[in-house]
Amino acid sequence: MIAAQSVLPALWPALPELILAVGVLVLVLYGSFRGERSAEGVSVGALLLMILALFVVMSQSGAKVTTLNGSFIVDNFSKVMKALILLGSAASILLARDYFQRARIDRFEFPILIVLCTLGMMVMASANDLISLYLGLELQSLAAYVIAAFHRDNLKSTEAGLKYFVLGALSSGMLLYGSSLVYGFTGTVSFPGIVAALNDTTVGFGLVLGIVFVAAGVAFKLAAVPFHMWTPDVYEGSPTPVTAFFASAPKMAAMAMTIRIFIGAFPDVTAVWQQIIVFVAIASMALGSFAAIGQRSLKRLMAYSSIGNVGYALVGLAAGSQDGVRGVVIYMIIYLAMTLGAFAVILSLRRGGQMFETVDDLSGLSRTHPVLAFCLAAMMFSLAGIPPLAGFFAKYYVFAAAIQANLVTLAVIGVVTSVVGAFYYLRLVKVMYFDEPVAAYEPMAPGLRIVLGFTSVVVVLFWIVPAPLVGAAGAAAKSLFAGS
Amino acid sequence: MIGLSHYLTVAAILFTLGVLGIFINRKNVIVILMSVELILLAVNINLVAFSTHLNDITGQVFALFVLTVAAAEAAIGLAILVVFFRNRGSIAVEDVNMMKG
Repeated sequence: MIAAQSVLPALWPALPELILAVGVLVLVLYGSFRGERSAEGVSVGALLLMILALFVVMSQSGAKVTTLNGSFIVDNFSKVMKALILLGSAASILLARDYFQRARIDRFEFPILIVLCTLGMMVMASANDLISLYLGLELQSLAAYVIAAFHRDNLKSTEAGLKYFVLGALSSGMLLYGSSLVYGFTGTVSFPGIVAALNDTTVGFGLVLGIVFVAAGVAFKLAAVPFHMWTPDVYEGSPTPVTAFFASAPKMAAMAMTIRIFIGAFPDVTAVWQQIIVFVAIASMALGSFAAIGQRSLKRLMAYSSIGNVGYALVGLAAGSQDGVRGVVIYMIIYLAMTLGAFAVILSLRRGGQMFETVDDLSGLSRTHPVLAFCLAAMMFSLAGIPPLAGFFAKYYVFAAAIQANLVTLAVIGVVTSVVGAFYYLRLVKVMYFDEPVAAYEPMAPGLRIVLGFTSVVVVLFWIVPAPLVGAAGAAAKSLFAGS
Repeated sequence: MIGLSHYLTVAAILFTLGVLGIFINRKNVIVILMSVELILLAVNINLVAFSTHLNDITGQVFALFVLTVAAAEAAIGLAILVVFFRNRGSIAVEDVNMMKG
Protein backbone atom coordinates (compact mmCIF):
# COMPACT_ATOMS: atom_id res chain seq x y z
CA MET A 1 0.00 0.00 0.00
CA ILE A 2 1.42 3.33 -1.04
CA ALA A 3 -0.84 5.19 1.37
CA ALA A 4 0.91 3.50 4.29
CA GLN A 5 4.11 5.31 3.47
CA SER A 6 4.72 8.73 4.85
CA VAL A 7 3.97 11.54 2.42
CA LEU A 8 6.94 13.54 3.65
CA PRO A 9 10.40 12.40 2.56
CA ALA A 10 12.93 11.66 5.28
CA LEU A 11 14.19 15.09 6.31
CA TRP A 12 16.71 14.21 8.99
CA PRO A 13 19.68 13.85 6.60
CA ALA A 14 19.11 17.51 5.66
CA LEU A 15 18.93 18.61 9.31
CA PRO A 16 21.95 20.97 9.16
CA GLU A 17 20.47 22.74 6.13
CA LEU A 18 17.06 22.95 7.82
CA ILE A 19 18.66 24.45 10.94
CA LEU A 20 20.27 27.16 8.82
CA ALA A 21 17.12 27.76 6.74
CA VAL A 22 14.82 28.12 9.76
CA GLY A 23 17.43 29.98 11.78
CA VAL A 24 18.05 32.56 9.10
CA LEU A 25 14.33 33.35 8.93
CA VAL A 26 14.32 33.95 12.69
CA LEU A 27 17.37 36.20 12.29
CA VAL A 28 15.70 38.19 9.51
CA LEU A 29 12.67 38.81 11.75
CA TYR A 30 14.85 39.70 14.73
CA GLY A 31 16.93 42.06 12.59
CA SER A 32 13.99 43.83 11.02
CA PHE A 33 12.22 44.35 14.36
CA ARG A 34 15.30 45.53 16.22
CA GLY A 35 16.42 47.73 13.30
CA GLU A 36 19.90 49.05 12.62
CA ARG A 37 21.36 48.29 16.05
CA SER A 38 20.77 44.55 15.81
CA ALA A 39 23.97 43.78 13.84
CA GLU A 40 25.80 42.52 16.92
CA GLY A 41 22.98 40.20 17.94
CA VAL A 42 22.43 38.85 14.43
CA SER A 43 26.16 38.17 14.02
CA VAL A 44 26.27 36.20 17.26
CA GLY A 45 23.09 34.39 16.24
CA ALA A 46 24.54 33.50 12.84
CA LEU A 47 27.74 32.19 14.47
CA LEU A 48 25.72 30.06 16.91
CA LEU A 49 23.63 28.68 14.02
CA MET A 50 26.78 27.68 12.16
CA ILE A 51 28.30 26.05 15.22
CA LEU A 52 25.06 24.14 15.81
CA ALA A 53 24.96 23.05 12.15
CA LEU A 54 28.63 22.03 12.40
CA PHE A 55 27.86 19.82 15.40
CA VAL A 56 24.96 18.19 13.58
CA VAL A 57 27.10 17.63 10.46
CA MET A 58 29.88 16.06 12.53
CA SER A 59 27.43 13.84 14.42
CA GLN A 60 26.00 12.31 11.24
CA SER A 61 27.25 8.78 10.73
CA GLY A 62 28.86 9.28 7.33
CA ALA A 63 27.06 6.28 5.85
CA LYS A 64 25.65 7.01 2.42
CA VAL A 65 22.03 8.21 2.68
CA THR A 66 19.92 9.75 -0.07
CA THR A 67 16.63 11.53 0.48
CA LEU A 68 14.19 13.96 -1.20
CA ASN A 69 13.63 11.54 -4.08
CA GLY A 70 17.32 10.86 -4.47
CA SER A 71 18.25 14.48 -5.12
CA PHE A 72 20.06 14.99 -1.82
CA ILE A 73 22.92 12.82 -0.63
CA VAL A 74 24.75 12.70 2.68
CA ASP A 75 28.03 10.79 2.87
CA ASN A 76 31.54 11.22 4.25
CA PHE A 77 32.44 13.55 1.39
CA SER A 78 29.54 15.94 2.00
CA LYS A 79 30.31 15.74 5.73
CA VAL A 80 33.92 16.92 5.31
CA MET A 81 33.08 19.59 2.72
CA LYS A 82 30.19 20.95 4.80
CA ALA A 83 32.42 21.16 7.85
CA LEU A 84 34.95 23.17 5.81
CA ILE A 85 32.22 25.43 4.40
CA LEU A 86 30.80 26.12 7.86
CA LEU A 87 34.24 26.82 9.32
CA GLY A 88 35.07 29.20 6.47
CA SER A 89 31.79 31.08 6.78
CA ALA A 90 31.99 31.32 10.58
CA ALA A 91 35.56 32.62 10.32
CA SER A 92 34.42 35.23 7.77
CA ILE A 93 31.79 36.55 10.17
CA LEU A 94 34.45 36.78 12.91
CA LEU A 95 36.80 38.62 10.53
CA ALA A 96 34.07 41.03 9.43
CA ARG A 97 32.80 42.40 12.77
CA ASP A 98 35.52 44.90 13.53
CA TYR A 99 36.02 46.02 9.92
CA PHE A 100 32.35 46.72 9.29
CA GLN A 101 31.93 48.60 12.58
CA ARG A 102 34.78 50.94 11.72
CA ALA A 103 33.67 51.36 8.10
CA ARG A 104 30.18 52.28 9.43
CA ILE A 105 28.48 49.65 7.29
CA ASP A 106 27.71 47.39 10.22
CA ARG A 107 24.29 46.22 9.08
CA PHE A 108 22.48 43.08 10.21
CA GLU A 109 21.99 41.93 6.60
CA PHE A 110 25.61 40.83 6.27
CA PRO A 111 25.54 37.81 8.60
CA ILE A 112 22.12 36.88 7.18
CA LEU A 113 23.47 36.87 3.63
CA ILE A 114 26.47 34.82 4.75
CA VAL A 115 24.14 32.24 6.31
CA LEU A 116 22.02 32.10 3.13
CA CYS A 117 25.17 31.73 1.06
CA THR A 118 26.33 28.94 3.38
CA LEU A 119 23.00 27.20 3.00
CA GLY A 120 23.40 27.24 -0.77
CA MET A 121 26.95 25.95 -0.51
CA MET A 122 25.89 23.07 1.72
CA VAL A 123 23.21 22.09 -0.79
CA MET A 124 25.90 22.14 -3.50
CA ALA A 125 28.06 19.77 -1.44
CA SER A 126 25.11 17.41 -1.00
CA ALA A 127 23.61 17.65 -4.48
CA ASN A 128 22.87 14.36 -6.15
CA ASP A 129 21.10 15.62 -9.24
CA LEU A 130 21.40 18.56 -11.62
CA ILE A 131 18.34 20.40 -10.26
CA SER A 132 19.44 20.48 -6.61
CA LEU A 133 22.95 21.36 -7.76
CA TYR A 134 21.62 24.32 -9.72
CA LEU A 135 19.37 25.53 -6.90
CA GLY A 136 22.20 25.35 -4.35
CA LEU A 137 24.56 27.11 -6.73
CA GLU A 138 22.10 29.93 -7.40
CA LEU A 139 21.31 30.44 -3.71
CA GLN A 140 25.05 30.72 -3.10
CA SER A 141 25.67 33.02 -6.08
CA LEU A 142 22.75 35.40 -5.54
CA ALA A 143 23.78 35.98 -1.91
CA ALA A 144 27.41 36.40 -3.01
CA TYR A 145 26.58 39.08 -5.62
CA VAL A 146 24.88 41.13 -2.94
CA ILE A 147 27.66 40.88 -0.36
CA ALA A 148 30.24 41.86 -3.01
CA ALA A 149 28.33 45.13 -3.38
CA PHE A 150 27.73 45.37 0.37
CA HIS A 151 29.53 48.68 0.79
CA ARG A 152 26.82 50.32 -1.23
CA ASP A 153 28.14 53.88 -1.09
CA ASN A 154 31.52 52.80 -2.39
CA LEU A 155 32.05 52.85 -6.14
CA LYS A 156 34.60 50.03 -6.17
CA SER A 157 32.42 47.75 -4.11
CA THR A 158 29.33 48.25 -6.28
CA GLU A 159 31.43 47.82 -9.41
CA ALA A 160 32.75 44.55 -8.00
CA GLY A 161 29.17 43.45 -7.35
CA LEU A 162 28.11 44.36 -10.87
CA LYS A 163 31.03 42.54 -12.52
CA TYR A 164 30.52 39.51 -10.31
CA PHE A 165 26.82 39.48 -11.16
CA VAL A 166 27.25 39.73 -14.94
CA LEU A 167 29.94 37.07 -15.21
CA GLY A 168 28.32 34.88 -12.55
CA ALA A 169 25.00 34.96 -14.39
CA LEU A 170 26.77 34.07 -17.63
CA SER A 171 28.51 31.12 -15.95
CA SER A 172 25.25 29.89 -14.44
CA GLY A 173 23.74 30.08 -17.91
CA MET A 174 26.55 27.99 -19.39
CA LEU A 175 26.31 25.42 -16.63
CA LEU A 176 22.57 25.27 -17.16
CA TYR A 177 22.83 24.93 -20.93
CA GLY A 178 25.27 22.07 -20.40
CA SER A 179 22.90 20.52 -17.86
CA SER A 180 20.02 20.68 -20.33
CA LEU A 181 22.11 18.87 -22.96
CA VAL A 182 23.23 16.24 -20.45
CA TYR A 183 19.59 15.74 -19.45
CA GLY A 184 18.52 15.47 -23.07
CA PHE A 185 21.14 12.95 -24.10
CA THR A 186 21.01 10.75 -21.00
CA GLY A 187 17.31 11.15 -20.21
CA THR A 188 17.83 11.80 -16.52
CA VAL A 189 19.10 14.49 -14.18
CA SER A 190 20.16 12.29 -11.26
CA PHE A 191 23.88 11.56 -11.00
CA PRO A 192 23.54 7.78 -10.44
CA GLY A 193 21.03 7.76 -13.31
CA ILE A 194 23.54 9.49 -15.60
CA VAL A 195 26.21 6.93 -14.65
CA ALA A 196 23.81 4.10 -15.53
CA ALA A 197 22.73 5.75 -18.79
CA LEU A 198 26.34 6.26 -19.86
CA ASN A 199 27.02 2.55 -19.37
CA ASP A 200 24.37 1.70 -21.96
CA THR A 201 25.03 4.24 -24.68
CA THR A 202 28.09 5.52 -26.43
CA VAL A 203 29.02 9.15 -25.79
CA GLY A 204 27.73 11.23 -28.68
CA PHE A 205 28.58 14.75 -29.77
CA GLY A 206 25.66 16.33 -27.92
CA LEU A 207 26.72 14.82 -24.63
CA VAL A 208 30.34 15.91 -25.10
CA LEU A 209 29.09 19.43 -25.79
CA GLY A 210 27.01 19.26 -22.62
CA ILE A 211 29.99 18.13 -20.54
CA VAL A 212 32.15 20.92 -22.02
CA PHE A 213 29.54 23.57 -21.14
CA VAL A 214 29.18 22.16 -17.63
CA ALA A 215 32.98 22.22 -17.27
CA ALA A 216 33.08 25.86 -18.43
CA GLY A 217 30.40 26.87 -15.91
CA VAL A 218 32.23 25.03 -13.15
CA ALA A 219 35.55 26.67 -14.10
CA PHE A 220 33.88 30.09 -13.78
CA LYS A 221 32.68 29.29 -10.28
CA LEU A 222 36.10 27.94 -9.31
CA ALA A 223 37.80 31.01 -10.86
CA ALA A 224 40.04 28.75 -12.95
CA VAL A 225 41.78 29.97 -16.11
CA PRO A 226 40.44 30.74 -18.81
CA PHE A 227 37.35 31.85 -16.85
CA HIS A 228 39.16 33.73 -14.10
CA MET A 229 38.90 37.34 -15.37
CA TRP A 230 36.35 38.43 -12.77
CA THR A 231 38.44 37.30 -9.81
CA PRO A 232 41.07 40.07 -9.40
CA ASP A 233 38.51 42.87 -9.83
CA VAL A 234 35.92 41.34 -7.52
CA TYR A 235 38.56 40.54 -4.89
CA GLU A 236 39.99 44.05 -5.06
CA GLY A 237 36.69 45.91 -5.06
CA SER A 238 34.79 44.01 -2.38
CA PRO A 239 35.23 44.99 1.28
CA THR A 240 38.22 42.99 2.59
CA PRO A 241 36.24 40.62 4.91
CA VAL A 242 34.02 39.79 1.92
CA THR A 243 37.13 39.03 -0.12
CA ALA A 244 38.28 36.72 2.68
CA PHE A 245 34.90 35.00 2.50
CA PHE A 246 35.02 34.63 -1.31
CA ALA A 247 38.50 33.15 -1.13
CA SER A 248 37.51 30.60 1.51
CA ALA A 249 34.08 28.98 1.80
CA PRO A 250 32.75 29.36 -1.79
CA LYS A 251 35.96 27.76 -3.11
CA MET A 252 35.24 24.73 -0.93
CA ALA A 253 31.68 24.55 -2.27
CA ALA A 254 32.75 25.03 -5.89
CA MET A 255 35.33 22.26 -5.54
CA ALA A 256 32.76 20.00 -3.86
CA MET A 257 30.39 20.67 -6.76
CA THR A 258 33.13 19.96 -9.32
CA ILE A 259 33.95 16.64 -7.70
CA ARG A 260 30.27 15.70 -7.38
CA ILE A 261 29.76 16.34 -11.10
CA PHE A 262 32.88 14.78 -12.55
CA ILE A 263 33.40 11.90 -10.12
CA GLY A 264 29.73 11.47 -9.20
CA ALA A 265 28.08 11.74 -12.61
CA PHE A 266 30.81 11.14 -15.21
CA PRO A 267 33.23 8.64 -13.64
CA ASP A 268 33.27 6.31 -16.65
CA VAL A 269 33.86 8.94 -19.33
CA THR A 270 37.10 10.23 -17.81
CA ALA A 271 38.60 10.51 -21.30
CA VAL A 272 36.13 13.28 -22.20
CA TRP A 273 36.77 15.58 -19.25
CA GLN A 274 40.29 14.67 -18.16
CA GLN A 275 41.97 16.73 -20.88
CA ILE A 276 39.78 19.73 -20.06
CA ILE A 277 40.74 19.53 -16.38
CA VAL A 278 44.43 19.05 -17.24
CA PHE A 279 44.40 22.13 -19.46
CA VAL A 280 42.53 24.23 -16.89
CA ALA A 281 44.88 23.09 -14.13
CA ILE A 282 48.04 23.95 -16.10
CA ALA A 283 46.69 27.34 -17.22
CA SER A 284 45.54 28.24 -13.69
CA MET A 285 48.84 27.25 -12.08
CA ALA A 286 50.84 29.21 -14.66
CA LEU A 287 48.68 32.35 -14.56
CA GLY A 288 48.43 32.25 -10.76
CA SER A 289 52.22 32.22 -10.53
CA PHE A 290 53.24 34.67 -13.26
CA ALA A 291 50.48 37.30 -13.05
CA ALA A 292 50.92 37.74 -9.29
CA ILE A 293 54.57 38.78 -9.60
CA GLY A 294 53.85 42.40 -10.56
CA GLN A 295 51.00 42.99 -8.11
CA ARG A 296 51.31 45.71 -5.47
CA SER A 297 47.84 45.27 -3.97
CA LEU A 298 47.65 42.49 -1.39
CA LYS A 299 44.03 41.72 -2.30
CA ARG A 300 44.87 41.30 -6.01
CA LEU A 301 47.85 39.20 -5.02
CA MET A 302 45.60 36.92 -2.98
CA ALA A 303 43.23 36.75 -5.96
CA TYR A 304 45.98 35.42 -8.24
CA SER A 305 47.15 33.18 -5.42
CA SER A 306 43.66 31.68 -5.19
CA ILE A 307 43.60 31.11 -8.97
CA GLY A 308 46.92 29.27 -8.72
CA ASN A 309 45.76 27.22 -5.75
CA VAL A 310 42.63 26.09 -7.58
CA GLY A 311 44.97 24.91 -10.35
CA TYR A 312 46.99 22.80 -7.89
CA ALA A 313 43.82 21.31 -6.41
CA LEU A 314 42.55 20.44 -9.91
CA VAL A 315 45.75 18.43 -10.50
CA GLY A 316 44.32 15.94 -8.00
CA LEU A 317 40.96 15.88 -9.78
CA ALA A 318 42.65 15.36 -13.16
CA ALA A 319 44.06 12.10 -11.78
CA GLY A 320 40.43 10.99 -11.44
CA SER A 321 41.37 8.39 -8.82
CA GLN A 322 40.44 7.91 -5.18
CA ASP A 323 43.90 9.12 -4.13
CA GLY A 324 43.45 12.15 -6.38
CA VAL A 325 40.18 13.15 -4.71
CA ARG A 326 41.77 12.57 -1.31
CA GLY A 327 44.54 14.95 -2.39
CA VAL A 328 41.99 17.56 -3.47
CA VAL A 329 40.18 17.38 -0.12
CA ILE A 330 43.45 17.66 1.83
CA TYR A 331 44.44 20.58 -0.38
CA MET A 332 41.16 22.38 0.26
CA ILE A 333 41.46 21.88 4.05
CA ILE A 334 44.95 23.36 4.11
CA TYR A 335 44.12 26.09 1.59
CA LEU A 336 41.23 27.19 3.81
CA ALA A 337 43.57 27.60 6.78
CA MET A 338 46.27 29.40 4.76
CA THR A 339 43.95 31.85 3.06
CA LEU A 340 41.94 32.73 6.18
CA GLY A 341 45.19 33.27 8.09
CA ALA A 342 46.61 35.53 5.40
CA PHE A 343 43.42 37.60 5.31
CA ALA A 344 43.38 37.90 9.11
CA VAL A 345 46.82 39.55 8.81
CA ILE A 346 45.74 41.79 5.91
CA LEU A 347 42.68 42.90 7.90
CA SER A 348 44.83 43.94 10.85
CA LEU A 349 46.89 46.49 8.85
CA ARG A 350 45.00 49.48 10.22
CA ARG A 351 46.23 52.80 11.51
CA GLY A 352 44.32 56.01 12.28
CA GLY A 353 41.05 54.70 10.85
CA GLN A 354 42.58 53.74 7.50
CA MET A 355 43.18 50.32 6.02
CA PHE A 356 46.50 49.54 4.31
CA GLU A 357 46.36 47.06 1.47
CA THR A 358 49.60 47.12 -0.51
CA VAL A 359 52.74 45.06 -0.30
CA ASP A 360 54.82 48.07 0.80
CA ASP A 361 52.64 48.54 3.87
CA LEU A 362 54.09 45.28 5.22
CA SER A 363 57.51 46.89 5.32
CA GLY A 364 59.40 46.09 8.51
CA LEU A 365 56.42 44.37 10.09
CA SER A 366 58.75 41.98 11.92
CA ARG A 367 60.03 44.81 14.12
CA THR A 368 56.73 46.54 14.83
CA HIS A 369 54.56 43.39 15.14
CA PRO A 370 56.80 40.30 15.45
CA VAL A 371 53.96 37.80 16.08
CA LEU A 372 51.88 39.07 13.17
CA ALA A 373 54.90 38.96 10.88
CA PHE A 374 55.76 35.44 12.00
CA CYS A 375 52.23 34.21 11.32
CA LEU A 376 52.10 35.82 7.87
CA ALA A 377 55.56 34.43 7.09
CA ALA A 378 54.32 30.97 8.05
CA MET A 379 51.31 31.38 5.73
CA MET A 380 53.55 32.55 2.88
CA PHE A 381 56.13 29.77 3.32
CA SER A 382 53.23 27.34 3.43
CA LEU A 383 51.61 28.78 0.27
CA ALA A 384 55.02 28.53 -1.41
CA GLY A 385 55.05 24.84 -0.46
CA ILE A 386 58.10 24.76 1.79
CA PRO A 387 58.34 21.80 4.20
CA PRO A 388 57.48 21.13 6.99
CA LEU A 389 54.57 23.57 6.70
CA ALA A 390 51.13 22.33 5.73
CA GLY A 391 51.20 23.70 2.17
CA PHE A 392 54.01 21.30 1.27
CA PHE A 393 51.91 18.28 2.20
CA ALA A 394 48.90 19.67 0.35
CA LYS A 395 50.93 19.84 -2.86
CA TYR A 396 52.63 16.51 -2.15
CA TYR A 397 49.33 14.58 -2.01
CA VAL A 398 47.95 16.01 -5.28
CA PHE A 399 51.21 15.64 -7.20
CA ALA A 400 51.69 12.08 -5.92
CA ALA A 401 48.20 11.18 -7.13
CA ALA A 402 48.89 12.76 -10.53
CA ILE A 403 52.12 10.74 -10.92
CA GLN A 404 50.29 7.54 -10.00
CA ALA A 405 47.76 8.31 -12.73
CA ASN A 406 50.60 8.70 -15.28
CA LEU A 407 50.19 12.48 -15.48
CA VAL A 408 53.91 13.07 -14.90
CA THR A 409 54.08 16.13 -17.17
CA LEU A 410 51.24 17.77 -15.25
CA ALA A 411 53.01 17.14 -11.94
CA VAL A 412 56.30 18.51 -13.29
CA ILE A 413 54.59 21.68 -14.57
CA GLY A 414 52.96 22.00 -11.15
CA VAL A 415 56.30 21.83 -9.36
CA VAL A 416 57.85 24.37 -11.75
CA THR A 417 55.01 26.87 -11.35
CA SER A 418 55.07 26.49 -7.58
CA VAL A 419 58.76 27.45 -7.69
CA VAL A 420 57.83 30.55 -9.71
CA GLY A 421 55.01 31.26 -7.26
CA ALA A 422 57.44 30.97 -4.34
CA PHE A 423 59.11 34.12 -5.66
CA TYR A 424 56.22 36.43 -4.84
CA TYR A 425 55.28 34.70 -1.61
CA LEU A 426 58.84 34.99 -0.36
CA ARG A 427 59.04 38.61 -1.52
CA LEU A 428 56.41 39.42 1.13
CA VAL A 429 58.59 37.72 3.74
CA LYS A 430 61.60 39.75 2.57
CA VAL A 431 59.61 43.00 2.77
CA MET A 432 58.46 42.16 6.29
CA TYR A 433 61.82 41.09 7.66
CA PHE A 434 64.44 43.14 5.82
CA ASP A 435 62.84 46.47 4.83
CA GLU A 436 62.75 49.58 7.01
CA PRO A 437 59.74 49.62 9.35
CA VAL A 438 56.93 52.15 8.99
CA ALA A 439 54.82 53.27 11.96
CA ALA A 440 53.13 50.56 14.02
CA TYR A 441 49.54 49.46 13.34
CA GLU A 442 46.69 49.37 15.81
CA PRO A 443 46.27 46.21 17.92
CA MET A 444 44.31 43.35 16.33
CA ALA A 445 40.60 42.90 16.97
CA PRO A 446 39.69 39.79 19.02
CA GLY A 447 37.92 38.10 16.07
CA LEU A 448 41.08 38.40 13.95
CA ARG A 449 43.19 36.98 16.80
CA ILE A 450 40.97 33.90 17.09
CA VAL A 451 41.05 33.18 13.34
CA LEU A 452 44.79 33.84 13.00
CA GLY A 453 45.56 31.69 16.05
CA PHE A 454 43.62 28.67 14.84
CA THR A 455 44.84 28.85 11.25
CA SER A 456 48.48 29.32 12.30
CA VAL A 457 48.28 26.23 14.50
CA VAL A 458 46.89 24.19 11.59
CA VAL A 459 49.49 25.47 9.12
CA VAL A 460 52.55 25.23 11.38
CA LEU A 461 51.74 22.04 13.28
CA PHE A 462 50.01 19.98 10.57
CA TRP A 463 53.10 17.77 10.10
CA ILE A 464 53.06 16.58 13.74
CA VAL A 465 49.58 15.04 13.65
CA PRO A 466 48.46 14.82 9.99
CA ALA A 467 46.45 11.64 10.62
CA PRO A 468 43.03 13.13 11.57
CA LEU A 469 42.83 15.44 8.55
CA VAL A 470 44.32 12.96 6.08
CA GLY A 471 42.07 10.23 7.49
CA ALA A 472 38.96 12.38 7.11
CA ALA A 473 39.93 13.25 3.53
CA GLY A 474 40.58 9.58 2.78
CA ALA A 475 37.15 8.59 4.12
CA ALA A 476 35.57 11.38 2.06
CA ALA A 477 37.24 10.18 -1.14
CA LYS A 478 36.38 6.57 -0.38
CA SER A 479 32.67 7.35 -0.04
CA LEU A 480 32.63 8.62 -3.63
CA PHE A 481 34.28 5.53 -5.08
CA ALA A 482 33.12 2.68 -2.86
CA GLY A 483 29.72 2.23 -4.52
CA SER A 484 30.72 2.47 -8.17
CA MET B 1 6.94 18.44 -39.28
CA ILE B 2 8.78 20.32 -36.57
CA GLY B 3 10.90 17.96 -34.52
CA LEU B 4 13.38 17.98 -31.68
CA SER B 5 16.26 19.21 -33.82
CA HIS B 6 14.37 22.38 -34.79
CA TYR B 7 13.82 23.30 -31.15
CA LEU B 8 17.45 22.56 -30.32
CA THR B 9 18.58 24.75 -33.21
CA VAL B 10 16.43 27.66 -32.07
CA ALA B 11 17.72 27.25 -28.53
CA ALA B 12 21.33 27.10 -29.75
CA ILE B 13 20.82 30.31 -31.77
CA LEU B 14 19.23 32.07 -28.79
CA PHE B 15 22.06 30.91 -26.52
CA THR B 16 24.70 32.15 -28.96
CA LEU B 17 22.90 35.49 -29.28
CA GLY B 18 22.85 35.80 -25.50
CA VAL B 19 26.56 35.06 -25.12
CA LEU B 20 27.48 37.41 -27.98
CA GLY B 21 25.23 40.06 -26.47
CA ILE B 22 27.24 39.96 -23.28
CA PHE B 23 30.63 40.13 -24.96
CA ILE B 24 30.09 42.33 -28.02
CA ASN B 25 27.73 44.84 -26.40
CA ARG B 26 29.66 48.04 -25.57
CA LYS B 27 26.75 50.28 -24.69
CA ASN B 28 24.51 49.46 -21.82
CA VAL B 29 24.46 47.11 -18.84
CA ILE B 30 20.69 46.64 -19.23
CA VAL B 31 21.39 44.93 -22.56
CA ILE B 32 23.61 42.49 -20.68
CA LEU B 33 20.73 41.68 -18.32
CA MET B 34 18.52 41.03 -21.34
CA SER B 35 21.20 38.77 -22.81
CA VAL B 36 21.30 36.76 -19.59
CA GLU B 37 17.54 36.29 -19.84
CA LEU B 38 17.99 35.10 -23.45
CA ILE B 39 20.47 32.46 -22.30
CA LEU B 40 18.07 31.20 -19.64
CA LEU B 41 15.22 31.13 -22.18
CA ALA B 42 17.36 29.06 -24.54
CA VAL B 43 17.93 26.61 -21.70
CA ASN B 44 14.20 26.43 -21.02
CA ILE B 45 13.41 25.69 -24.66
CA ASN B 46 16.02 22.93 -24.57
CA LEU B 47 14.61 21.47 -21.38
CA VAL B 48 10.98 21.49 -22.49
CA ALA B 49 11.84 20.10 -25.95
CA PHE B 50 13.86 17.26 -24.42
CA SER B 51 11.13 16.66 -21.88
CA THR B 52 8.49 16.22 -24.58
CA HIS B 53 10.81 14.15 -26.73
CA LEU B 54 11.76 11.81 -23.87
CA ASN B 55 8.23 11.70 -22.49
CA ASP B 56 9.66 12.54 -19.10
CA ILE B 57 8.29 15.26 -16.81
CA THR B 58 11.63 16.08 -15.10
CA GLY B 59 12.71 18.54 -17.78
CA GLN B 60 9.58 20.65 -17.33
CA VAL B 61 10.04 20.68 -13.56
CA PHE B 62 13.61 21.83 -14.14
CA ALA B 63 12.34 24.57 -16.48
CA LEU B 64 9.95 25.84 -13.80
CA PHE B 65 12.83 26.06 -11.32
CA VAL B 66 14.92 27.92 -13.89
CA LEU B 67 12.09 30.43 -14.46
CA THR B 68 11.81 31.10 -10.72
CA VAL B 69 15.54 31.54 -10.25
CA ALA B 70 15.73 33.77 -13.36
CA ALA B 71 13.20 36.13 -11.77
CA ALA B 72 15.23 36.33 -8.56
CA GLU B 73 18.41 36.83 -10.56
CA ALA B 74 16.93 39.71 -12.56
CA ALA B 75 15.74 41.38 -9.36
CA ILE B 76 19.17 41.17 -7.76
CA GLY B 77 20.91 42.29 -10.94
CA LEU B 78 18.74 45.38 -11.24
CA ALA B 79 19.22 46.18 -7.55
CA ILE B 80 23.00 46.05 -7.92
CA LEU B 81 22.73 48.14 -11.08
CA VAL B 82 20.76 50.81 -9.18
CA VAL B 83 23.38 51.13 -6.41
CA PHE B 84 26.10 51.26 -9.06
CA PHE B 85 24.23 54.02 -10.91
CA ARG B 86 23.91 56.04 -7.69
CA ASN B 87 27.68 55.99 -7.25
CA ARG B 88 28.80 56.34 -10.86
CA GLY B 89 25.98 58.31 -12.46
CA SER B 90 26.07 56.11 -15.56
CA ILE B 91 25.36 52.53 -16.59
CA ALA B 92 27.39 52.51 -19.81
CA VAL B 93 29.56 49.40 -20.09
CA GLU B 94 32.72 51.44 -20.69
CA ASP B 95 32.15 53.29 -17.40
CA VAL B 96 32.43 50.05 -15.40
CA ASN B 97 36.18 50.58 -15.36
CA MET B 98 37.40 51.62 -11.91
CA MET B 99 39.50 48.46 -11.71
CA LYS B 100 41.43 47.07 -14.64
CA GLY B 101 41.34 43.32 -14.84
